[in-house]
Amino acid sequence: MADEETVKEEVKIDDVKEPKPVERIEPDDHYISKHVRSIVFSVLSPKMIKKMACAKIVTPELYDKEGYPVDGGLMDIRLGVIDPGLRCKTCGLKLKECIGHFGYIELARPIIHIKFIGIIHNLLKCVCRECGRILIPDNKISKTKEVLDAVEKEGSVEDRRKKLKEIIANLKTVNRCPHCKAKQLKISLDKPTTFMEEDSRISPIEVRARLEKISNSDAELFGLKVMHIRPESMVLTLLPIPPVTMRPSITLESGERSEDDLTHKLGDIVRINQRLFENINAGAPEIIVEDLWDLLQYHVTTYFDNSVAQLPPARHRSGQPLKTLTERIKSKEGRIRHNLAGKRTNFSARTVISPDPMMELNEVGIPKIIAMKLTVPERVNEWNMNYIKKFVENGPEKYPGANYIIRPDGKKKKITDETKEASLEELQPGYVIERHLMDGDITIFNRQPSLHRMSMMCHRAKILPGRTLRLNPSVCNPYNADFDGDEMNLHIPQTEEARIEAEILMEVQTQLISLRYGLSVIGCVQDSISGNYTLTNDFEMSRQEAIDVLSAVGITDFSKLPKKAMVNGKDVFSVLLPNDFDYEGHSRLFDPSKETNDKDAYVVIEKGRLVSGVMDKASLGEESGHMLRAIHQKYGKDFTIKLLQMLFRLGIEVLLRTGFTSGLGDTDLPEDARAKIKDTLDKANKDVNGLIDSYKENRLEILPGKTALETLELRILEVLNKARNETGVLVSKFADQSSNTMIMAKSGARGNLLNLAQMAACVGQQAMRGRRIDKGYFERTLSCYSKGDLNPDARGFIANGFKSGLTPQEFFFGSMTGRDSLMDTALRTPKSGYLYRRLSNAMQDLKVEYDSTVRDASSRIIQFSYGEDGIDVSKSENGTINIKRIVKTHS
Amino acid sequence: MEEELFKEYQSRLPRKLIDDIRDNVPKSISAAKLKKVLEAASEEYAAALVNPGEAVGVISAESIGEPGTQMTLNTFHFAGVAEMNVTMGLPRIIEILDGRKELDTPMMEIYLNKAMAKGKDIEELRRFALALKETRLQDFVTEFSINITDLTVIVKLDKGKMKDLGLTNSKIIEAISKQTKMLNIKDDGDSLVVKSKSKDDTFNEVYKIKEKIRGLHIKGIKGITQVLPVKRNDEFIIVTAGSNMADVLKLEEVDSYRTTTNNIFEIEQVLGIEAAREAIVREVYKVIESQGLNVDVRHIMLVADTMCVSGTVKGITRYGVVSEKSSVLARASFETPIKNIINAALVGEVDELNSVVENAMLNQVIPIGTGLPRLVVRQPSGKKQ
Repeated sequence: MADEETVKEEVKIDDVKEPKPVERIEPDDHYISKHVRSIVFSVLSPKMIKKMACAKIVTPELYDKEGYPVDGGLMDIRLGVIDPGLRCKTCGLKLKECIGHFGYIELARPIIHIKFIGIIHNLLKCVCRECGRILIPDNKISKTKEVLDAVEKEGSVEDRRKKLKEIIANLKTVNRCPHCKAKQLKISLDKPTTFMEEDSRISPIEVRARLEKISNSDAELFGLKVMHIRPESMVLTLLPIPPVTMRPSITLESGERSEDDLTHKLGDIVRINQRLFENINAGAPEIIVEDLWDLLQYHVTTYFDNSVAQLPPARHRSGQPLKTLTERIKSKEGRIRHNLAGKRTNFSARTVISPDPMMELNEVGIPKIIAMKLTVPERVNEWNMNYIKKFVENGPEKYPGANYIIRPDGKKKKITDETKEASLEELQPGYVIERHLMDGDITIFNRQPSLHRMSMMCHRAKILPGRTLRLNPSVCNPYNADFDGDEMNLHIPQTEEARIEAEILMEVQTQLISLRYGLSVIGCVQDSISGNYTLTNDFEMSRQEAIDVLSAVGITDFSKLPKKAMVNGKDVFSVLLPNDFDYEGHSRLFDPSKETNDKDAYVVIEKGRLVSGVMDKASLGEESGHMLRAIHQKYGKDFTIKLLQMLFRLGIEVLLRTGFTSGLGDTDLPEDARAKIKDTLDKANKDVNGLIDSYKENRLEILPGKTALETLELRILEVLNKARNETGVLVSKFADQSSNTMIMAKSGARGNLLNLAQMAACVGQQAMRGRRIDKGYFERTLSCYSKGDLNPDARGFIANGFKSGLTPQEFFFGSMTGRDSLMDTALRTPKSGYLYRRLSNAMQDLKVEYDSTVRDASSRIIQFSYGEDGIDVSKSENGTINIKRIVKTHS
Repeated sequence: MEEELFKEYQSRLPRKLIDDIRDNVPKSISAAKLKKVLEAASEEYAAALVNPGEAVGVISAESIGEPGTQMTLNTFHFAGVAEMNVTMGLPRIIEILDGRKELDTPMMEIYLNKAMAKGKDIEELRRFALALKETRLQDFVTEFSINITDLTVIVKLDKGKMKDLGLTNSKIIEAISKQTKMLNIKDDGDSLVVKSKSKDDTFNEVYKIKEKIRGLHIKGIKGITQVLPVKRNDEFIIVTAGSNMADVLKLEEVDSYRTTTNNIFEIEQVLGIEAAREAIVREVYKVIESQGLNVDVRHIMLVADTMCVSGTVKGITRYGVVSEKSSVLARASFETPIKNIINAALVGEVDELNSVVENAMLNQVIPIGTGLPRLVVRQPSGKKQ
């Protein structure tokens, strides 16, 4: 057979030099889409290896002097081609068309497959060394089988094997085969690949012989399915050689060829194998043969897995370990997770993002340069001929043009200045052009980490000048984006089905209601909240001005505005609301613990008129937005998104006219307030000193289960936190209520009262892990304090506010907690990421069936009704159906 | 009349909604109006149902995974007044979903029977609480020493502490001899003399005995290391660090209906799988709520249900839930791909490609959501193809 092949080689090289016109399979428009129903896993038998191989590899040489692949070498062209211009000798196809073919080598001596070492060991132990029968008496076999089947059903195949080993160990006739009465010796595994029987080695030949003797029924008892695997296949006599297409060589800049790691490894195997053959044939002494055999075993082992614990990894000349089969498959960068479960796409873009509040929520601003590279296929028909021709005329350089023209047979041609004319001539129904992206095209916009389905939403394209992708700041929240240099990705769906699916399932307005908690994820942010708050909180403007504001928002019908010279802000706001809208809710002022609340705490809308209440984050904001939820419930997604857009502009327009800034003056406090703050802090200091004294005199009442010192610490923390809270209350009482900082805090636009108090009065206790700072020097935090100092200031209490400025010690304590929280974030991200990965992997197959049960991939019922009542959270109002509203509207 | 109407809608509305309506509807409502309300409610309910094919698993995973990034890591928050550190935040969620048997901070909330819960006799309550606490020999012993000539261990007792704990020498001896039968113990007033029953002891063995009796359980309930009576909503309960549900529930003074532990494995052992499932939901929800996050219970319920379907609590790990998947490729794409593929080959496993990842790997339509419906076309008869 080998001879035949050498003859063929001559012919083949000629072939390559003058390619004979082989019948070429044209890429066809009509793909035969095959559907894979199932995949069977099994172990290749030597017979199968030979059957699927196209070449026998006999030499470690790769190329001859001219640089052509050597026949019978590892780069044999029968195994597929990786050079342009060559044709595969097996299938006759060219580079990229031929998917490659397997070859094989005949190993001079059997080699144990490292990945099956455990199961081989088990088999040898449980099987007679003489007759090959399993070490269980015949009369017990059927009973054992039942037991094992039960174990396997309960657990896994591994449990079954464990149990079998146990059963055999517990038999009385441990040392004798119950069938042929032969004495059994103890078999141990000398890692990684040598089997020992007492003190003598079992050669792989012997191992294979024993495995061959195992009867089919005994192997089945072991959990092996003989149909797919005969035990002796686990000791290799033939080694399949993977096609060259899966281990292509790279040509370096210098023109040198650099071979793939696998090719290197296979080269070693072939070389040693040939040497072993030669030595055996020459009748070399046993010891030399054994040495070579062991070396071959090493090479084959590292070929499969280069990270076996007991073996030194095979390395490149540079000393870097080779990446062999196992390393190729496993881990995040391996084949399965990197190439199979995750794939790369064309027609995508990525740049920095920036905000544009004048854009619609479901739009994305795309730079022209990107729009001219990303294309949308458009099919030519009789009716759009002129429309299409315009694109082709413009060509790839002029917007809006087209980059490619695709003939009905699938041939793709680039449009250039030279080919433009010809293309225009050629154009006829059935052709497809790839035109530039235009306004209104469907795109998918995404920001990593994609933790949500809202991290990937469908936006309409809007081509803009500039070099950044732009989005409405209101949609930052679902993407968790900000503009400090974030980048985002853009994808252009290329088929009609994909576009429709993106539009119906992924467009921004369909994602308004969070599937996590059933409220709006998108809402007014920042200035638009402050603006709406200012407007609805005792604000008056002239009718003239109101009309000006409203027309800027996009309102043209002002009939709802009261015909008065001065109009109330609430009336202006009401103009946006539909006339049949009723709503009752609470604003942030509402305090459920109080009996009576401020009038503005109750948001009441009657017949589209805001009767009372201020508009703030509780009604408009993202992740709360109860009013928005009610609007969505009644008027649907498209109206909501339109209203949201108007509300957003209304807020900004109001602020444009009133002005809005924040400054140092916002944190000013009157003299007596400052005195009161000082008093509180002094008093706290005194209290702490009192506590410390009573601790020193052992008068402190010790809390159960704590030591005296722990008790003291707890009490001090309590006192200091109380003091800080009191200063906070003082600040919120005495600070200028109309200051912009206060408005922001009250409306929920940005910041809170704590931030204000920390600026104006006192930063407070710095705590790490729920305790005051006690790290640093021996018995003290910093060297400027005396040992054992328990005073507030020596243990991280910052009595100053940010405005008055921190002392050096205070600043240091502040930076300690700052660093601690940074570390916390850095450590948390990978942990929560792993939790998320595990969750989604475990639950990705669960779906609701048509009978409303929740089932997994094997149709096992997980829940009889989703969430016990079958309600989809994203269609609910914060997880429920709003019965109160229903009762109110219908009675 | 009204009740009849409610009954009529029972098949169309879940019970919770019917109860909600009953609570919210004014007493004087007319039957016609009530019917209108019920009709509207059932309409809205029908509109809010999940669509078939919805990938609820992924949604739940996202809903729990996404806020995970916002949770704080090392929160040791204080349960109740100023006591007892409890793991909260992300580590606690990971602990629950891993299905761990050993917790970082096991904890029980022991509810008491009426008489004691009212707290009339605070002293009695205190005594009862202290009696729960596990006491080991070393807790009230001043010294363990070895008499080399006699080869005995001499245990010097702290009489003061013993009195606090209500122990006498004979009680201790009884407790010890119950647990080990190979020891002779002699009462020597202030100390106990312990000798092995076997005659030929070496010094080494006596030393081993000394180390062994140190940790012997004398009194209280095993595993409970701290007790704290706390007043909660007008009644006294006992919060403990350490957990041992099986033994605590045996006590007469304990209200076994409400007493709980945060150890899900124990709940599974004592109360069964349904209780464990409920406990998972409750514990996860507690953490998420304490972090000020808003996650619907339905998502947590689904996670809990996937953990419990097999009948025992399985963690969301490669050894737990994932190992039960029917698809080889799905398991391989999670963790340890080589092991999964090798084992599949040994038994000739068949991957039926029923779930998501395998089909994504093969570039096929995934059988979920819009990929679920299939079209069957009847071939027009009489025509070829």
